Amino acid sequence: MKKYIINRIFSMILVLVVVSSLTFFLAKAIPGGPFTKEKKVPDVILQRLEEKYHFDDPLWKQYVSYMGNLLKGDLGPSFRYDALTVNDIIAKGFPVSATIGFLAVLLSIILGLPAGIISAYRQNFWQDNTVMFASLIGISVPSFILATAFMYFFGLKFKILPIAGWGGFRYMILPAITLAAYPTAYIARLTRSSMLDVLSQDYIKTARSKGLSEFKVITMHALKNAILPVVTYMGPMIAAIFTGSFIIERLFFIPGLGKYYVTAIYDRDYTVILGTTIFYAFFLVTANFIVDILYAFLDPRITYAEKK
Amino acid sequence: MFKKAVIVVVALALIVGFAGCAPAAEETPKVEQVLTYNVGAEPQFFDPRKATGIPEFTMLLNLFDGLMRYDIQGQLVLSMAESYDVSDDGLVWTFHLRDAKWSNGEPVTAYDFEYSWKTALAPKTESEYAYQMYYLKNGAAYNSGDITDPDLVGVKALDDKTLVATLEAPTVYFTSLLTFTTYLPINKKLDMENPDWAKSADNFISNGPFTITKWEHNHQIEMVKNSNYWDADKVKLDKIVFLMVEESSTELMMFENGEIDFGNNPPLPEMDRLKSEGILTISPYLGTYYYMCNVTEPPFDNVLVRKAFAAAIDRESIVTNVTKGGQLPATAFVPGGIPDAAPGAEFRDVGGTYFEPYEPEKAKQYLAEAGYPNGEGFPEFVLLYNTSEGHKIIAEAIQGMWKDTLGVTCTLTNQEWKVYLDNRSKLNYQIARAGWIGDYTDPMTFIDMWVTDGGNNDTGWSNLDYDNFVAIAKGTGDQAVRMKAMHDAEDILMDEMPIIPIYFYTNLNLIKPYLKDYYISALGYTDFKLAYIEEH
Repeated sequence: MKKYIINRIFSMILVLVVVSSLTFFLAKAIPGGPFTKEKKVPDVILQRLEEKYHFDDPLWKQYVSYMGNLLKGDLGPSFRYDALTVNDIIAKGFPVSATIGFLAVLLSIILGLPAGIISAYRQNFWQDNTVMFASLIGISVPSFILATAFMYFFGLKFKILPIAGWGGFRYMILPAITLAAYPTAYIARLTRSSMLDVLSQDYIKTARSKGLSEFKVITMHALKNAILPVVTYMGPMIAAIFTGSFIIERLFFIPGLGKYYVTAIYDRDYTVILGTTIFYAFFLVTANFIVDILYAFLDPRITYAEKK
Repeated sequence: MFKKAVIVVVALALIVGFAGCAPAAEETPKVEQVLTYNVGAEPQFFDPRKATGIPEFTMLLNLFDGLMRYDIQGQLVLSMAESYDVSDDGLVWTFHLRDAKWSNGEPVTAYDFEYSWKTALAPKTESEYAYQMYYLKNGAAYNSGDITDPDLVGVKALDDKTLVATLEAPTVYFTSLLTFTTYLPINKKLDMENPDWAKSADNFISNGPFTITKWEHNHQIEMVKNSNYWDADKVKLDKIVFLMVEESSTELMMFENGEIDFGNNPPLPEMDRLKSEGILTISPYLGTYYYMCNVTEPPFDNVLVRKAFAAAIDRESIVTNVTKGGQLPATAFVPGGIPDAAPGAEFRDVGGTYFEPYEPEKAKQYLAEAGYPNGEGFPEFVLLYNTSEGHKIIAEAIQGMWKDTLGVTCTLTNQEWKVYLDNRSKLNYQIARAGWIGDYTDPMTFIDMWVTDGGNNDTGWSNLDYDNFVAIAKGTGDQAVRMKAMHDAEDILMDEMPIIPIYFYTNLNLIKPYLKDYYISALGYTDFKLAYIEEH
């Protein structure tokens, strides 16, 4: 186990290095730069800016200096926001995105898991059909449609909640529900299919014949095995949701991290593109790592010990 | 919303026990004087010397006060300057400053102005807009590093109250330039002690109607009335909240819900409804939407082809059926709203129109003269625009007009903003959309774009007579001579047609009817110095 963990950590570092290198060269390869504007910056000023940020150096040199700063934990300045460094952007934006993300993940588990279980248990009954229909909506309706509908009904029409903005729990409800729609539906379907699989197995029959209550059979015996695919999905999902959604944050006017993944590319804000991508990659590999460790606890057949 | 505000006010009044409540002046309105304005974007630079975008201008012009300011009628008036004199040759401008204080109570002096202007030009400031100050003697030379002594730059404080600006050439519209953010004063002492002062609200010092109290990046900026402002008696708003809502549909919903009083981004699909409900406010905007031709390659190297294409566009139809925001068909390049030499005359009226908004017969004739009768033998070509729903529907409409009138086939290509800008400047296109918003209220902001190898001349077009007229206009302080030269230049531009004007922009805003006495500049920014909220 110990050896496995050390190996995993090394491979995670390798992944991060590859991701940051690829992103660096890809970002630099897009035509235009942070100082490309419709009202052209005069050549003499442009030159000075490019010298200041070493854009005139060979690419490998820029890469080496960026990686050097990265090791020190310095993600550099933003070109689009004079008042912010990339570290500032992440420090300010991430807690906001993570708050909504946490609520959305919580919601998707609280709703998705029981829905999937009921659906499997009452296969082809109305309960099953209802859950499947609802999850179809959750998966197929784009989030901006949901968001706009929520804003219109809960904000503009019934005046129950603020339309958009950030400033306390009331502002979190609609974005969290919108953000939770897809994962809730996905978890429900995932739970249902793996539950159906497990419920037809012999050991469930054994458990039932021993006279255990249905509730116990489902929660103690079936769920423990059925939940594995859900746990697998949770890793990348948490990484994606916690780092913010561009559409949700833009529509609900939330100062999170999600917007930068898109706007930084438009702005050619190289350092922000890199910083946010590396941050997301770090989150993703860590989440996957935790999921793999959880496996060992959930399923005794999975072990990371060396084969003798 | 309003009810809640009253409750809060009453509650607060009870808590403080009405202590220190001076009797309100009669004209002071009783409603809460808090304005919520959607500025739509986080500022790139919040230092006036470096600001480049209209959202920044709006915020900075409410925070700072320059030598001159526009009043709500759009008249240029003295502001920090009490008076000024100009030398006979139009080169030396002496400004006499009024008694005024910074928001921290220190006096604003001519030294502050001198310091601001010189540092705006200093290479190490890296101001992208430093060229707005190339009018000052040696401004360009100092900014480019050709000279390193700031004392050679044409701005000097003689004493606390006297500022002398020396120009490279007579510049009649210099007072109009002085309203531009680059010419605003900053607090010299503050900038020397803390070069990063403009990066947060904590140490911000300004000299205008408002002062900044809170800055939550990418979310909102709060300003309150600056009690130390020299004209504070006239400022009625207690607070302005600048929100940074980027999504136009969200802005509209917040506006309809009373969460925003003033928005800047009405969604195009809603235009008809907004107009019929009287929510949309349309005001003049000093800008032109046009198509430009790459004149270095066939088929658009032929002036007859360019004229044919210009004449085949039905501009009326575009502004009524497509853009729907009160835009005007452009039958010239320089938009209206700029004064000419004679008192009360407008440059556009004096220059008149160069063609009709739609001339299909002429278009066919030009194309036949160019050797393509009924479009026969005309090569397929590509129209380039930057990715946006608005540009797309205009391009589709024009594509159809060219097809119907001229019988030519055109493919549409859209590119992401900066890719498009890059290709434009490399002349990697055949015909492309573009837009230009004036920097100051003088035809020159439109005319000097098209000089040979001009930084913003992305057409490859060059005409020595044109360059000459621009040089004449730039070298004299005689308004009559200047304006005549610029009209002559525009004659050439419209005769050669490297660019095809389509429409003159308008400012489109969502404004609550109870907001009064704001000033929307034709340059795009909004001034709330005198604004107030009426009882409603």
